[in-house]
Amino acid sequence: MTLATAEDLSEPFVWPEGGISKVPYRLFSDPDIYALEQQRIFRGPVWNFLCLELDVKNPGDFKMTSVGETPVVVTRDKVGKVHAMVNRCAHKGALVCLKDKGNAAVLTCVYHSWSYRLDGQLQGIAFRNGIKGKGGMPEDFDITRHRLQPLKVEVFSGLVFGTFDEGMPSVESYLGPLMAKFVRRSLDKPLRPLGLQSQIIHNNWKLYAENLRDSYHATLLHTFYTTFKINRLDMDGGILMSDDKWHHISFAKRATLQEDAEYRNAKVHSAQYESKLDGPQLLDAWDEEDDGITHVIQSIFPNLGIHFTLNSICVRFFAPRGLNETELFWFYLGTEDDTPEQERMRVMQGNLTGAAGLVSLEDGCINEFVQRGTRGSEDKISFVEMGGRDLEQSEQSRATEVAIRGFWTGYRRIMGFA
Amino acid sequence: MDGAAMGTQPQPQPQSEGAADDFMQGGAVEDLALRARVADFMLDYAHAIDDLDLHAWPRFFTEDARYKIIIRQNFEANLPMGVMYCEGAGMMRDRVLALETANIYEPHTYSHVLSGSRLTQAPDGGLHARTNFVVTRTMQEGRMDTFAAGKYLDRIAVQPDGSLRFTERLVVLDSRRIDILLVFPL
Repeated sequence: MTLATAEDLSEPFVWPEGGISKVPYRLFSDPDIYALEQQRIFRGPVWNFLCLELDVKNPGDFKMTSVGETPVVVTRDKVGKVHAMVNRCAHKGALVCLKDKGNAAVLTCVYHSWSYRLDGQLQGIAFRNGIKGKGGMPEDFDITRHRLQPLKVEVFSGLVFGTFDEGMPSVESYLGPLMAKFVRRSLDKPLRPLGLQSQIIHNNWKLYAENLRDSYHATLLHTFYTTFKINRLDMDGGILMSDDKWHHISFAKRATLQEDAEYRNAKVHSAQYESKLDGPQLLDAWDEEDDGITHVIQSIFPNLGIHFTLNSICVRFFAPRGLNETELFWFYLGTEDDTPEQERMRVMQGNLTGAAGLVSLEDGCINEFVQRGTRGSEDKISFVEMGGRDLEQSEQSRATEVAIRGFWTGYRRIMGFA
Repeated sequence: MDGAAMGTQPQPQPQSEGAADDFMQGGAVEDLALRARVADFMLDYAHAIDDLDLHAWPRFFTEDARYKIIIRQNFEANLPMGVMYCEGAGMMRDRVLALETANIYEPHTYSHVLSGSRLTQAPDGGLHARTNFVVTRTMQEGRMDTFAAGKYLDRIAVQPDGSLRFTERLVVLDSRRIDILLVFPL
């Protein structure tokens, strides 16, 4: 189904009175809206996360990914330039790239052996001149007029972004100065992969987009720290937002009184965490940045997250796999400079997040609970007024839903929902 | 346990590389009584988890044992990140306490189905074992799925009293995808 405008929905959609602090449940369960998102958001004027630059480190490297539901392949060509193309043969539409990642000189469709250069340009086709003078392509077949559909690509701070909108300004201007600064803070390092995992969560992708921006639920749903009486000295923090409101940062800081030289110079500060843990090495950490910030969770519209919490550095990517199914990827990172002990601490802290995350495993099911809880209530709305109804960033407190309101502000704008 | 397992590198020897083959390169275990005890030990472990007797889980390990669940893709690429990683039985006890008192999830149970175990002698006098598993997960409302499949790569030590303990249990998952969440150990 192709939907040209919001008015083309089989049921017209109007945002309810009260603006972005009221979110209709229909948004999570309407297949027409889901189809329109594919077009308006993922194939529209946004920068989509494609993969890590590490995934296409060397010339000839390729990596499969998706933009919304559209299959995409990212490559690095012989001269080192990164490209992204729809993973769809220009001949009959079959997937050209079948392997998740690898290294190749050309990409060849297995169906009829149409082969493409790493920039997506068609290079050769089988039996172009037929066999023994019979068959073959028509006289006017022009190989230069066929290629894999390209995306515009930009690499920013180790992340490869792509867009279907040729007119998109730079990733940096899409992020805005504040968001760009924090992406650099987390990722502008000689990165090294530590490993990935993924989770299938049974909910619409936007419920995870909300969840990632939801600082209100953190200590209420996730009770690991309080249960183990882990005395966190980094509870001061706030919410920062981009000017267009759809990206956000949630940060926590060490309490000011701890910012003395003694602490800053301490290599490992697990001692800061008094706890009832039987295995306190879980929280072994070192001070990696000198700005006093210990926890950053950042969202970038539409479906990217980055966390840098203690020493856990992770890129989270939540790919829609249908109306109410989402694959949540966790790409854990270290740096080339890490000592074995530092790597051990990053891996250990991986226990706190992900599918089995001691702190946050509840996020695997909580969004599904909303998906299920709202069944049959498509005409009802959620109530998102913690911290007010406005869009002012909250530098002193995280007991707010302002970043969720920010998400819906951007969503409403790009979807054209009046 | 040999030095590689106890060193600062948490990294197991990868099964796909030459070094990994070493893991199962020791001599055959011909003591049939010992083989029978290992088979019972493997089943007792699985049954404890299936029966939700989770406090028993850390007791299958030595105090300084390692337990890691890792996806095959990371394991074969020699990447260290696990889905769950415990250094020592204390961390395992914390896991159990967390899932009983802190973590929120829908009630569910596992059933482990194990293959026979391939056993070899380890250089340190213990045993190495490789065992395949399939785990079904049944949710409270009856939905049942194949939740996990893969292999256990174990280092087992025979204790002075003759009982068995894991010094390392590496759970290698075939799929990168975890459905919903993983809260009970495998």
